[in-house]
Amino acid sequence: MAGAVAGKPNVEVAKKPRKRRRLKVAHPERCIGCLSCMFACSRINTGRASLERSAIRIKTQGGIEGDPIIVVCHACEDPACVRACPKGALSRKEDGSVVFEKDLCDGCGKCVDACLIGAISLDSEGKAVKCKHCGACVAFCPHDVLKLIEVD
Amino acid sequence: MLRRVLYIDLTSGESWVEEKHDLFEEWLGGTGVATQLLLKEAPPGVDPMSPDAPIIFSIGPLSTMFPAMTKTVAQFKSPLTGELGECYAGGRLAMAMRFAGHESIVIKGRAERPCYISIENDRVKIRDATSIWGIGAARVGVILRDVEKGVGRRSIIRIGPAGERLVRYASVIVDTYRHFGRLGLGAVFGSKNLKAIVISGTEDVAIPDSKRYREVYNRIYRMVVQTDAMEKYHDLGTPINVNVLNQLKGLPTRNFQSTSFAEAENISGERLAEEFLFRRVSCAHCPIGCIHIAMLKTAFTPHHEFEVRRVSYDYEPIYSLGSNLGVTTAEGVLELIDTCERLGLDAMSTGVVLSWATEAYEKDLITPQETLGVPFQWNNVKGYIKAMENIVAAPNEFYAALARGVEFAASRYGGMDFAMALGGNEVSGYHTGPASIVGQLVGVRHSHLDNAGYSIDQTAAKKQLDPSSMVDQIIREDDSRSVFNSLVGCLFARGVYTDENIIDALGSIGITKSREELSELGRRIFLEKYRFKTREGFDLSKARIPRRFFETVSTLGRIDPETVERMIALYKERRGWA
Repeated sequence: MAGAVAGKPNVEVAKKPRKRRRLKVAHPERCIGCLSCMFACSRINTGRASLERSAIRIKTQGGIEGDPIIVVCHACEDPACVRACPKGALSRKEDGSVVFEKDLCDGCGKCVDACLIGAISLDSEGKAVKCKHCGACVAFCPHDVLKLIEVD
Repeated sequence: MLRRVLYIDLTSGESWVEEKHDLFEEWLGGTGVATQLLLKEAPPGVDPMSPDAPIIFSIGPLSTMFPAMTKTVAQFKSPLTGELGECYAGGRLAMAMRFAGHESIVIKGRAERPCYISIENDRVKIRDATSIWGIGAARVGVILRDVEKGVGRRSIIRIGPAGERLVRYASVIVDTYRHFGRLGLGAVFGSKNLKAIVISGTEDVAIPDSKRYREVYNRIYRMVVQTDAMEKYHDLGTPINVNVLNQLKGLPTRNFQSTSFAEAENISGERLAEEFLFRRVSCAHCPIGCIHIAMLKTAFTPHHEFEVRRVSYDYEPIYSLGSNLGVTTAEGVLELIDTCERLGLDAMSTGVVLSWATEAYEKDLITPQETLGVPFQWNNVKGYIKAMENIVAAPNEFYAALARGVEFAASRYGGMDFAMALGGNEVSGYHTGPASIVGQLVGVRHSHLDNAGYSIDQTAAKKQLDPSSMVDQIIREDDSRSVFNSLVGCLFARGVYTDENIIDALGSIGITKSREELSELGRRIFLEKYRFKTREGFDLSKARIPRRFFETVSTLGRIDPETVERMIALYKERRGWA
């Protein structure tokens, strides 16, 4: 079967580690809706088996006979979520990546509203779930739907 | 760990949760736990369609935690066989139960009028379903998706008209394209005025040692996606068997009158994949994607206007509604599968009932008066569709008899020699040899998946296997599958979940079991199921084997009745029942 080697994300042009990396939905039409990516995200980032704590979301419309929709953070140049956060829990680093400090988050949900893509949600404790583009999900997609790419 | 059982009483409208650590400690989960709940909750001799008869759903400790641990087991007293009712379904139900926080659900009673159950975490609502009673299963799914919460993490299971009208082999449709197909759970739903269950939740599972969990997970995930242990299921899927069994002379054709089908190629996995397959999808948390969906395009005018239906196909319905009904086109088979989906009928039982009726019609055991003019003829797809609708509508005694299963119908109209049921359950698509017959006969739910006798026969076609070692293998599978079905994994992944992997997976989430303990547990669960079967009247020594099995050449040649008898005697002896 096609697919990345588990535990080793596909990284295109992996030579310059300085560059910011971001998740890309390379082949959405290949998704089989198995949710392995969501379980990988929560397992690896939170040590839990959970859908609520996954920063990537696979949505179905009208059951599994419809096309799955893959919702991931787009790593915006000018992130609306950062501007919306009144507590400074979300901040933009120099290389463009967004850092989330969970302790500062008070669960107001303004970041959720600011992201039109729907890439941020609140978990059951009321804390934001924000993708950090680590590539955990990429390694567990059986059909190369997802890629981790470097941002110029 | 969850260890919580949700009880719902449809008569009183009450529901409550009980924590049952000891039960799960002793019986692991899934079928092990469900069997204990069934033994306790079903009064001896209860009418399967009375309010006192329970419906039990159970998941296991690895459900949603590991790849391909995707199934939910349902147990009930079967209205088809009058003894153990047990079936398995994938989709998203196991995940939804896990995140709702219920490892088992017990439903009893009967609602005053049509209802559905909405479960969201601990909140249970029994809601009026009179406005969706009579509506087909697919449409009901669409309606409930709109009115209920939990997008992306919920599961919706429901019956079609067949369940409402108590057809003894009515199915319950799970999400889309998955089913609790066998032994009539749909009729039990109908008898309770229960149209559907919607379940979702937001719990999650904290792992005590997440490093170890990840290590074991990675190993198993790699085996699932990167080895050929599951290759056959993600390429052509189970329909790969159509050509294979046809070549082996094991493909039941025209009600087991033959075991090779001249038109097999037309309805083969290869043909379907090349010309009709347009998508493969997965159950929640399984990277395989074995659910094969065909696009059935039918022109309804000569001006390129099409009806498009999306039909999920597998080997068993292709056998039962295809070769076994002499259907020579893929379109015909897909149309019959789609009719089963719409009505909520079990595809396997339906096909076997129709194939018996076709032969009985040929032999003048039934008349056009009884069929209300519907022609029961091989390959007559339109006739079969009308017959299926009549089985559900039951406009006369004949169709009402068909709705009670092939054994009942033959007891009324004759033709018992070719009424293809074992233990009262319509048989699966293998005439491979004696192990397939004995396996289904002794199996706890009279299913080919109880112990895979068909696979033992196919091994025997390559190397000599005497009846005694066949029996040993059947017993081994009976017992080991009792363990795997307590984890409620998908049987397609049984090659990945070796004893070692099961022990490691359980260990990584804090459940310590040794190989010996698991082996002993498997044997005990099997015997507990037989305790229920025997209590409800099943007697292996009185079980009927249709004569047709001994008339038609199988993969292993003509089967000698004495071989089968000897194997059953050996089986009883080794089980300590002799």
